[in-house]
Amino acid sequence: MSEKAKRYWRSLNELAGKPEFREWLEREFPEGASEWVGSRRALLKLMAASFALAGLTGCRRPEEKILPFSKGVEGYVPGRALYYASIMTLGGLATGVLVECHEGRPTKIEGNPDHPSSRGATNAFAQASILSLYDPDRSRTVLRQGRRASWEELEAFIREHMQRAGKGEGLRVVSGAVSSPSLLALKAYLLDRYPRAQWVEYEPLGRDNELAGLQTAFGQPLQAVYRFDQAEVIVALDADFLGLDNLAPAWIRDYASRRRPPTGPQDSMSRLYVIEPSLSLTGANADHRWRVRPSEVSAVARALATELGVGGLKVLGQGGPYPWLSALARDLLRHRGRSLILAGPRQPAAVHALVHWMNHYLGNTGRSVYYTEPVVRTDLAALTRVAEEARAGQVGTLVILGANPVYNAPADADFAAAMKRVPVTIHLGQEVDETAALATWHVPEAHYLESWGDGRALDGTASIQQPTIAPLFGGRTASELVALLAGYEQRRAYDIVRNYWLRRWNSPEGERQWERCLHDGVIPGTALPPVTVSPDPRRLQSLLNEPTPATSELEAVFVPSWATYDGRFANNGWLQEAPDPITKLTWDNAACLSPATARRLGVAEGDMVEIQAQGRRIEMPVWILPGHADGAVSLPLGYGRTRCGRVGRRVGHDPYPLRTSAAHGFVVDVTIRRTGRRYRLVTTQEHHSMEGRPLVREATLEEFRAQPDLIHKQGPKAELFSLFKEHDYSQGYQWGMAIDLNACIGCNACILACQAENNIPIVGKDQVRRGREMHWVRLDRYFEGDPEDPQIAWQPVACQQCEMAPCETVCPVAATNHSPEGLNDMTYNRCVGTRYCANNCPYKVRRFNFLDYHKGLEEVQKMVYNPDVTVRMRGVMEKCTYCVQRIEEKKIQAKAEGRKLRDGEILTACQQVCPAQAIVFGDINDPGSRVSQLRRDPRNYSLLAELNTRPRTTYLARLRNPNPELAGQEGS
Amino acid sequence: MATVSRPAETPLVLGEVTLADVTRSVAGIVEAKTPRAWWAAFAFTGTLTLVLIAMLTYLVTTGIGVWGNNSPVGWAFDITNFVFWIGIGHAGTLISAILYLFRQRWRTSINRFAEAMTIFAVTCAAMFPLFHVGRPWRAYWLFPVPNQWSGMWPNFRSPLIWDVFAVSTYFTVSLLFWYLGLLPDLATLRDRARSRIRQIVYGVLSLGWRGSARHWRHYEMAYLLLAGLSTPLVLSVHSIVSFDFAVSILPGWHTTIFPPYFVAGAIFSGFAMVVSLMVIARWFFGLEHLVTMKHLENMNKVMLATGLIVGYAYAVEFFIAWYSGNPYERFAFMNRALGPYAWAYWTMVACNVLVPQLFWFRKVRTSVPAMFVISLLVNVGMWFERFVIIVTSLHRDFLPAAWGMFRPTWVDLLTLAGSFGLFLTLFLLFVRFLPMISMSEVKAMMASEEAA
Repeated sequence: MSEKAKRYWRSLNELAGKPEFREWLEREFPEGASEWVGSRRALLKLMAASFALAGLTGCRRPEEKILPFSKGVEGYVPGRALYYASIMTLGGLATGVLVECHEGRPTKIEGNPDHPSSRGATNAFAQASILSLYDPDRSRTVLRQGRRASWEELEAFIREHMQRAGKGEGLRVVSGAVSSPSLLALKAYLLDRYPRAQWVEYEPLGRDNELAGLQTAFGQPLQAVYRFDQAEVIVALDADFLGLDNLAPAWIRDYASRRRPPTGPQDSMSRLYVIEPSLSLTGANADHRWRVRPSEVSAVARALATELGVGGLKVLGQGGPYPWLSALARDLLRHRGRSLILAGPRQPAAVHALVHWMNHYLGNTGRSVYYTEPVVRTDLAALTRVAEEARAGQVGTLVILGANPVYNAPADADFAAAMKRVPVTIHLGQEVDETAALATWHVPEAHYLESWGDGRALDGTASIQQPTIAPLFGGRTASELVALLAGYEQRRAYDIVRNYWLRRWNSPEGERQWERCLHDGVIPGTALPPVTVSPDPRRLQSLLNEPTPATSELEAVFVPSWATYDGRFANNGWLQEAPDPITKLTWDNAACLSPATARRLGVAEGDMVEIQAQGRRIEMPVWILPGHADGAVSLPLGYGRTRCGRVGRRVGHDPYPLRTSAAHGFVVDVTIRRTGRRYRLVTTQEHHSMEGRPLVREATLEEFRAQPDLIHKQGPKAELFSLFKEHDYSQGYQWGMAIDLNACIGCNACILACQAENNIPIVGKDQVRRGREMHWVRLDRYFEGDPEDPQIAWQPVACQQCEMAPCETVCPVAATNHSPEGLNDMTYNRCVGTRYCANNCPYKVRRFNFLDYHKGLEEVQKMVYNPDVTVRMRGVMEKCTYCVQRIEEKKIQAKAEGRKLRDGEILTACQQVCPAQAIVFGDINDPGSRVSQLRRDPRNYSLLAELNTRPRTTYLARLRNPNPELAGQEGS
Repeated sequence: MATVSRPAETPLVLGEVTLADVTRSVAGIVEAKTPRAWWAAFAFTGTLTLVLIAMLTYLVTTGIGVWGNNSPVGWAFDITNFVFWIGIGHAGTLISAILYLFRQRWRTSINRFAEAMTIFAVTCAAMFPLFHVGRPWRAYWLFPVPNQWSGMWPNFRSPLIWDVFAVSTYFTVSLLFWYLGLLPDLATLRDRARSRIRQIVYGVLSLGWRGSARHWRHYEMAYLLLAGLSTPLVLSVHSIVSFDFAVSILPGWHTTIFPPYFVAGAIFSGFAMVVSLMVIARWFFGLEHLVTMKHLENMNKVMLATGLIVGYAYAVEFFIAWYSGNPYERFAFMNRALGPYAWAYWTMVACNVLVPQLFWFRKVRTSVPAMFVISLLVNVGMWFERFVIIVTSLHRDFLPAAWGMFRPTWVDLLTLAGSFGLFLTLFLLFVRFLPMISMSEVKAMMASEEAA
């Protein structure tokens, strides 16, 4: 930050010199809840203070610099947002983000276009993370045996305790996956100082099996990095690389880039084959999909390897028990070097080993996949060992950094019992969770938007995580706690991170480089180099000689949850209310069964069932999911939290008690029994068929090539006239949007981005049940075809901004009107709430505030609001505005600069977040704009065009690319 | 005084009734001590009215969310009740205005009763659009009143604005018409009043009526004019109410048959309500000689006729849905008959089309218990008709992903019950304090019959 800005910020607070303010600052603001239930004045003070902290002496971080991403603080204008580059880390892997801040208050997360994992997009978790920052249920104070204590007491305790630590016998540290170079350096320092200590990294949804498989395949510790833009034929074996097995939005971008319909005869669209037990997002997007039990994937992988003739295997040519496999194999062989096979983290190491052998055999190494040393090394077995040691009384000090093993460690580890046997347990976490409740010390952890750190993307690229606000609840970082434990020279996260990098660079330009890295959000030259690999054929042979894993009548597979991931986002209302893209369930998880399996077991939707495996049992409600594999049940993890904030406590049911270290991905020999009780599950979509209506239009690539006007022929042609005088749309900007259904994978990111941008409230399970969810954009999901093995299509539906809007004519008070730029504007303060507009909207995209959904929010929760968007009161209608606040912002900017807006300058929130770049927004009066080009595409059509509403949002039909050899063979 | 008898027709007043008898039996009800049964009834309906007030208070303080309305079903019980009550009112206007113009003299003994019903039904009806809006304290924005937006007008393209004008006109004209007709009788009550309070109250209300020839001349002229003004309202009000639906683009709403279909339905339900209430009042207050079986039978015949029109409309809707070839329209109607609300649809058909067919039999038509039950069933059916039109069309429209279900809450149910409470309370007050049969008109009719 510049000198000028510092002065400016200082002068902002005349009260900086006043004793009350100093006292308030010194109290490590804000400590207790009492400060938060304050007045508007208190809030303003807080907001002011959160900037002022950077400039005031005497506060905790006097020197820490925050550099804006693209707009200098020099030109800072109150009311205009500043963007800071940072990272969000999930499962140890960093995604680059830009944090939009208003007056020192972060309000929105965007992807960092320069970051390799993001490339401008983010996922739903990143979007919702802003809400977690302002979660009033976050832990606010150090706890000792559940009683309030201070950081100083903890410091004194640790200093004293560690003096007796000796060589670290009995000291165990448990954390989530760590990619942070500075924290890893601290870890090394700690282990150097206490050589007998142990630090275990684990993730409940980690990639342990992949690392083990690669170790088997290539004889060295490796990780795979995929290049989906290089793959023309993709085979996913229980790998949800478009969904929850992937935390890098850039993968989706790469994948989608190969799903664009070909422009020339040489181009082609990639083809996706999925073989999986549950119905994942990737499976739903597949061109061919086969449903198998989770244990059967191994057999499929072997059969495929045989079929391909990997390592000189004899080709049987029949596909073995899978007749479709030979065609698949031929397709792969035709695309040597341009194909890709993946296995999911639920599959055992052997499957991963086979998969990478196959990739290598197909010449994909270095093209669609390359290998590097692993960025994170998680080890679940080590966690179980630590638990065993603890239960045996061999652990004296257990430090848990940001993890919740009592909730999510394998059931056989029995971590709760283990914790109870350890005399000193120190838990760092953002909430007082199941683990915190059993710990002797609990330390509040700072949110990633509040703290300094660093982290690496999957390809190794490192970035600095810079805070955008002072810790709201006085949290600390893992690095600060470890520094304290290790007696490290630097104690503050800022110093730890900065010194690490300055030392690593060791250059006189270090300071400049630091600032540049903060600005860019990536540290150049940190990507990991590819490692040359060579498979060992003998290992392959011995692996293939191993008996195939036993399959059973009924198996259960543990899948991540769209709302809570592994349970960590349970207290995030936005995520809880966002419907699962496949089941459309909200505020719950359920055991998903195929219709046939449900019939066989005699269970119905909403039945509470007891699921038993390996002598362990859980209870869960049943959800019948068309397209699920028979003989399998999917159990989404991350629900049924018992110690959690008010939002997530006891939401859903917890499958972790069934999950052991031996059966971590899936478990065989499962029994399901009805309990006789019923449970109410709530969805946002009650009807799943298109009823033969041309809503989502689609064709196969071949059909479309032969007959490009096919898409238009799928719907009625209606040239109608209007009774009302039509608007003149020939002048000025005319906004329009094109949504490419071929690119959309249904990932929910747009729903969350819209919620964050437009201050959309959550309503809770009961209100969703009553059909009152407020999301401005819906992801309509339709099943078509065989109910056992349907095809799935998504359609994002927000306000279509009709040129002849049916809502406008019926509003008695003229609260909804057309703007000269073709927007269907909603005037909230004129709306009286007759709901007539919503009734007359054929797309049903208008949302009514049936109750005061913003009622009872604590002041800190209101800080998440985007100040550019009105918060709607009860009794008024609301809907998508094409992010009119963003349009106006850019228009004003362009006007001030005396120019016309450039195409692509305005990004709507849904467009900006979309990892698949399925949404394009722009001026349809400009024939050269991207949206105009897309509107001329033969795939372009309007939804319900026959009603003469003339929507400004149009859709581009979906294209599937099935293998002609496999016609009629899907759905084994 | 001679008895009234016309050889060709059944007499409209039975027995040895003199003009004084008419006054005695009608005014006597108002002047007598309040019957205990009246108090019991009043306690019941009054409680229901209090329930209504409680429900509306809860609604206004909490939000529309206390009802079962949702997305996609933006309107449900609220507008169903509105259309239902507006429909009830139509019988009153029809009887008082149209039958007056057509010189249907049998109307005289029931018109006051029916007109009062109109006023009370429209009061109940008007309440729903007011309270169904999300911000009722802003509902006045539907009127073209001066405002802070430098003279912003309401949107005249919206059928809801037409509703505002139609219903307020209807209420005003009905009230004036009713009050004007009451003047001679109010004067009678004033003249017969014994207590000071009654003298003052009825004195003020009767606006100095002396019964002079001039008064009668002006009265007759004004009455005729108001009857003329009211007549188009019978057709227009419910036509405009039907535009709320017909002007929209929703399958199941967007139909040109709606105006006549709604008017017929309104008259149908209105007559049913008159019969339901009349048979009780007639029995309780011993007015069998003034409200004769002929009156009741005539009303039943009207119900039979309008019931057939309504049944025809149901059939035509289906035919047009098929004939139009519009898949959304076809689906909407199949969904009515076979979808999740099929029970409501078939309740409607049974009550509105099948049950009234019993009126083809004279025996049924002239049986008081039978007609009471049938008229109640018709009202049930007509309420369901509006429910079916509104809810089944909304709950499944164009995009299946947006489909939903409406389930009423206890507030919905109690508000509906409460609106009956308000209606009946007003009615009880009416029968207690005002002459429920137009004495002057009955007497005039007797006189003219005698002369004939």
